[in-house]
Amino acid sequence: MLQSPIVEIRNLFKSYRRGSQVIPVLQDISFDIAEGEFLALMGPSGSGKSTLLNLIAGIDTVDSGTIRVGGVVIGALSEAELAKWRAANVGFIFQFYNLIPVLTAFENVELPLLLTGLSRRERHEHVEAVLALVNLTDRMDHNPSQLSGGQQQRVAIARAIVTDPTILVADEPTGDLDRVSAEEILSLMDRLVHDFGKTIVMVTHDPKAAEKAHVVRHLEKGILTSS
Amino acid sequence: MFLLKLILRNAFRHKLRSILTVVGVAVAILAFGLLRTLVGLWYLGVESSSATRLISRNAISLVFPLPIAYRDRIRRVEGVTGVAGASWFGGIYIDEKHFFPSFAVEAKPYLDLYPEFVLTEDEKKVFLHDRRGAIVGRKLAAKEGWKIGDQITLRGTIFPGQWAFVLRGIYHGAQKSTDETQFIFQWDYLNETMKRTIPRRADQAGIYIVGVAAPELAPQVAQTIDAMFKNSLAETLSETEKAFQLSFVAMTEAIMIAIQIVSYVVIVIIMIVAANTMAMTARERIAEYATMKVMGFGPFHIALTVFGESLTIAFAGGMLGVVLTFPAARWIEVNLSQFFPVFMISPVTILLQMAAAVVVGAVAGVFPTWRGSTIRIAEGLRRVG
Repeated sequence: MLQSPIVEIRNLFKSYRRGSQVIPVLQDISFDIAEGEFLALMGPSGSGKSTLLNLIAGIDTVDSGTIRVGGVVIGALSEAELAKWRAANVGFIFQFYNLIPVLTAFENVELPLLLTGLSRRERHEHVEAVLALVNLTDRMDHNPSQLSGGQQQRVAIARAIVTDPTILVADEPTGDLDRVSAEEILSLMDRLVHDFGKTIVMVTHDPKAAEKAHVVRHLEKGILTSS
Repeated sequence: MFLLKLILRNAFRHKLRSILTVVGVAVAILAFGLLRTLVGLWYLGVESSSATRLISRNAISLVFPLPIAYRDRIRRVEGVTGVAGASWFGGIYIDEKHFFPSFAVEAKPYLDLYPEFVLTEDEKKVFLHDRRGAIVGRKLAAKEGWKIGDQITLRGTIFPGQWAFVLRGIYHGAQKSTDETQFIFQWDYLNETMKRTIPRRADQAGIYIVGVAAPELAPQVAQTIDAMFKNSLAETLSETEKAFQLSFVAMTEAIMIAIQIVSYVVIVIIMIVAANTMAMTARERIAEYATMKVMGFGPFHIALTVFGESLTIAFAGGMLGVVLTFPAARWIEVNLSQFFPVFMISPVTILLQMAAAVVVGAVAGVFPTWRGSTIRIAEGLRRVG
């Protein structure tokens, strides 16, 4: 069941500068994301999907407009406050997994927990629980290079959810995977929404991936065209 | 602890690159240590000289001797505790490759003035009673394979002829810095032979070593000695042993300065090489730093990771360099003893080596640390793939 908005976006504008040229990327974007919603953002390359995702995740700043996540206007936070806010509220899933190659699956998942006040024992309990959830208990001591693409993405998902964040943002999470692995990842994300009530914002080109979402929004040249 | 693990694993992620950098730093630190030691050794004679010993020599030049009659007059100067005449002999054993310093000395007062040359009482007694007796340092004896009682013949260069000696003692140094490569024999033997062969060169000493009762008396005693022989045919120039040694060092000071500069240049070169390695490393890991920032890690954590890696590599190189310095110094001491009778690595040199390694790591890490910690997340994430 969908609940009140966890993310509120109002009159969002974002542009980039290339030399003296100003390139508008997002124009007057306004919409809400409900708690427990699985939202897919679609659109052609350069339409501003990833920029919008980055703004929601607090890793880029808006030109104007507001983004409120869990009641917090993230544009008003300083860089240091934003880092703390991200650590507590955002789990990010990348297209290319972005695991640290020298750390094992277990250590990669443990990494974000270093910023919490948990003891070593508590951290290990959390990591073991999420690795069991993504069905990778038997691979926890493997380095990323010893895992398949699908397994690496499951480690990345475990890393994203281990801090129990407010929202999960995923940038093309199946973009680097074969069809079978992509299905596994989408099923896992679906399970996170239905069984654990997670809110997911996913950027994708893949219509099959978008089918798993509750809501699909399209962007064209920085403008929200349909939902 | 976790970050330390990450730093250590990152440091040796590209094993070949890291090992080459570590070896590069080690070689530079080794070279730095050896060059610093070499410069230090140049001044060793100065540093190990006694404050209660003066050297009186001919005021015109060291090449010109002083009459032996000066000895008793110097001995009578107030504050003087002992006087020993000595002459540089410059003998050659077998050929020039077997070079070692050789001196004719007035043995009894000389050994009293140089307590750092340690002989057993028996050796000393036999040496003092044998005109043809000689004593040598432990290292020289070991190098030439000499034993007490051996007959040794030197070919004279300054004092022509074949000079036969009997080895009566092997001294060892009271300190590690004492020169143990000298060949010392009785001045009487030299003088008596000169009386027979070249009488005009008899009854002369190259220098007088003058013992004084206390260091503070040295300037006054030196002045008195020089005043005593003023306007004579052989005026004296008396100075402390330290000043005498410094006058030799001053002749080669430019070379020493050049060596010092080279030792620093070596460090600067490896600094640039290490900085290049760290810059490459940081550039490759920008996406990882951005990913850590996404998770909420701040610039401090990223800086710690990059800077720690740079310091780890430099420190590993520094440690290896310091460890290698000891066998290298030993090799030099054994195989190049004719040039470096003592090649001793001082604790200060080791500290300087480690400090140089830390400086290399710190300087090499500055730019990558700044780059890694200030990278904008969105920009960093674009570097994936």
